[in-house]
Amino acid sequence: MLKHFFSLQWKSFFRSASFSTNLGMKILMGFIALYLIATFSILGGAAYYLIEEKLQLNALEVVSRILIYYLVGDLLFRYMLQKMPVVNIKPLLYLPFKKGKIVHFSLWKTVFSFFNIIHAFFFVPFCVVLISNGYEPLQVITWFLGIYMLLYCNNFINIFLNGVNAFLGVVFGCIIILGTLQYYGIFDITLYTGPVFQLFYGVPYTVLAPILLLIVLYYVAFSYFRKNLYLDAGLASKHQEAKAEDLDWLNRFGSISVFLKNDIKLIKRNKRSKTSVFMSFLFIFYGLLFFTGALEVYQGAPWRIFAAIFVTGGFLFSFGQFVPSWDSAYYPLMMSQNIRYRDYLNAKWWLLVMATIVTTILATFYIYYGWEVYLAIVVGAIYNIGVNSHMVLWGGAYVKTPIDLTTNKKAFGDAQAFNAKTLLLMLPKLVLPVLLYAAGHYTVCPFLGYLLVVLTGILGFAFKEKVFNKIEKVYKTEKYKTLAAYKQKN
Amino acid sequence: MITVENLSKTYNGNMVLSIENLEIPNGQIFGLVGNNGAGKTTLFSLLLDLIQPSSGFVKNNDVQVNASENWKPFTAAFIDETFLIGYLTPEEYFYFIGELRGLNKEDVNVFLKDYEEFFHGEILGGKKYLRDLSKGNQKKVGIVAAFIGKPKVIILDEPFANLDPSTQFRLKKLIKNFKDEPEVTVLISSHDLLHVTEVCERIVVLEKGKTVKDIQTSEATLKELETFFSEEILSDAAQIPVSE
Repeated sequence: MLKHFFSLQWKSFFRSASFSTNLGMKILMGFIALYLIATFSILGGAAYYLIEEKLQLNALEVVSRILIYYLVGDLLFRYMLQKMPVVNIKPLLYLPFKKGKIVHFSLWKTVFSFFNIIHAFFFVPFCVVLISNGYEPLQVITWFLGIYMLLYCNNFINIFLNGVNAFLGVVFGCIIILGTLQYYGIFDITLYTGPVFQLFYGVPYTVLAPILLLIVLYYVAFSYFRKNLYLDAGLASKHQEAKAEDLDWLNRFGSISVFLKNDIKLIKRNKRSKTSVFMSFLFIFYGLLFFTGALEVYQGAPWRIFAAIFVTGGFLFSFGQFVPSWDSAYYPLMMSQNIRYRDYLNAKWWLLVMATIVTTILATFYIYYGWEVYLAIVVGAIYNIGVNSHMVLWGGAYVKTPIDLTTNKKAFGDAQAFNAKTLLLMLPKLVLPVLLYAAGHYTVCPFLGYLLVVLTGILGFAFKEKVFNKIEKVYKTEKYKTLAAYKQKN
Repeated sequence: MITVENLSKTYNGNMVLSIENLEIPNGQIFGLVGNNGAGKTTLFSLLLDLIQPSSGFVKNNDVQVNASENWKPFTAAFIDETFLIGYLTPEEYFYFIGELRGLNKEDVNVFLKDYEEFFHGEILGGKKYLRDLSKGNQKKVGIVAAFIGKPKVIILDEPFANLDPSTQFRLKKLIKNFKDEPEVTVLISSHDLLHVTEVCERIVVLEKGKTVKDIQTSEATLKELETFFSEEILSDAAQIPVSE
């Protein structure tokens, strides 16, 4: 029986559309996996020396203290990306398998997920280094075991968290509050949790606690799924209660308002687009790396404009580059309805402009780092609106990956989105403003640099209609290919 | 008037549709029948310029559909769920289509009044997005949306499939109403021979991409179609003895 399960699994992996699409994608996926593995391993191996020799601290103690954040962060990532493979269970229900077997199989399947394996690449080298530096081997192993059991507990906790919408906000809030409290030295939670994790080393048999917890969680998960293995219970997809909205205030935009209203509903009501918005929100804080002087490599003056482009352009890049893929699920409707491409494009453009303005306002906290920093951000915003807004739409016209709005799959980038044309269009988006600024900055003064970027942004407006004509043409010539590509789901 | 001229569609050397000539006059209620893979959906997709013809062309009221987009204002269609926007409520979807066709919210509300019976209280005012509706209810929304804004050409692919019996009768009534409107051409495809013979004034049978029958509907049509589609099976049955 297990044989059947495995062969099904094997086929579903190697025959999935995303896997079999193209060689480039496979290679890229391989590289990303290798990169992650390499970083984790190097980090694991080097962590000990970094902490012991550079910081003169006890490595085990430090790692144990950070661990609480590590675990919560892990849970957060799982919540966003790891999914219970419910869909694959349905066809098994009608077949002569015992229900218990199906549940065991599905749960064990998550055990081998990437999210669980990856941690080994950090902790195994770290533990090896610990042992080679005279730590007690048996105790290091129990420590490792304890941590890994907790990571696996996360795995099963995540299964229950799926669909609890409030989770993300609550956890993020907690992290931010605790992080700030710790940063300012008011309250340090790691002082209390660190020793707990260190117990696994100090008192080896305490490792039984997480093992027991894991077993309990497994059986709770098992009985929960066993009981809910019905199409209308555990296997049902969650239905949101629909709330109709008018958004009549958008009518002032005239003929494009009908699309704008739709786009706003699209963003609000779909998981994938919400993730994009969330990511673009995170982009706002990207500038902190540059302006706080946190990283030395980013101290060169031209980096400022680079940062500014990203701070205000998060939504532009994460949403804009996938127009028209956002509408892929109902593209045949859009193509046969009474729609003018120009209005459709204009609506998306306005959306990008509005988002850029909103992020610029949200980014006012950068004034804390000086007026000049905020000036850079405003300059970046002007360039984003003037040039990048239509450049991303142009690049998007060549992207033919359908987007499944209801899942987060591929929300963190899609290899197919990177073809030669979109890469070429990256140049004016990022490189040009940096070069312009550098030209002004190093010849006369920083303000000439800003002025050059702003002028280019304003000049960009002049080419908006030209670029839109070009995009419209792309839409028309690629129409049938796009329709066919969007038909191939997942 | 819809004119199909030397139209063909080939996929990797496989001819899936090949129609030399087909003319559908204005005001006709036109039915398309054929087994799976006969080319019904391919023909409708070509009419809507969703796929490219391998040869020939389609003219919709003198507009060649793959050359100009001027057919869009007077043509409406419901082919499958890719014509629905999943994250909208049914009302929002109707308003969206209405706005595209120059109708404001009030106009759409007035329009929807006539379809209350058809919706049977299951569509409007509910707390569900289109993606969460059952297949049958999704279909009801799609079909009614295709009627918004007085289109002159309405294309419905298998409108009866997935509908409950009562709704099938209501839909037949709705389609028959278009008989009184000489300007409105309705094209439907169906597997249900009884329904098509009842509502359509003319029926074309497709087989392996070719038109094999073109019938003006009469009393005898149903019998004729039934004979046509059961012929193969009957001749097979004559050869193979049925084991009980």
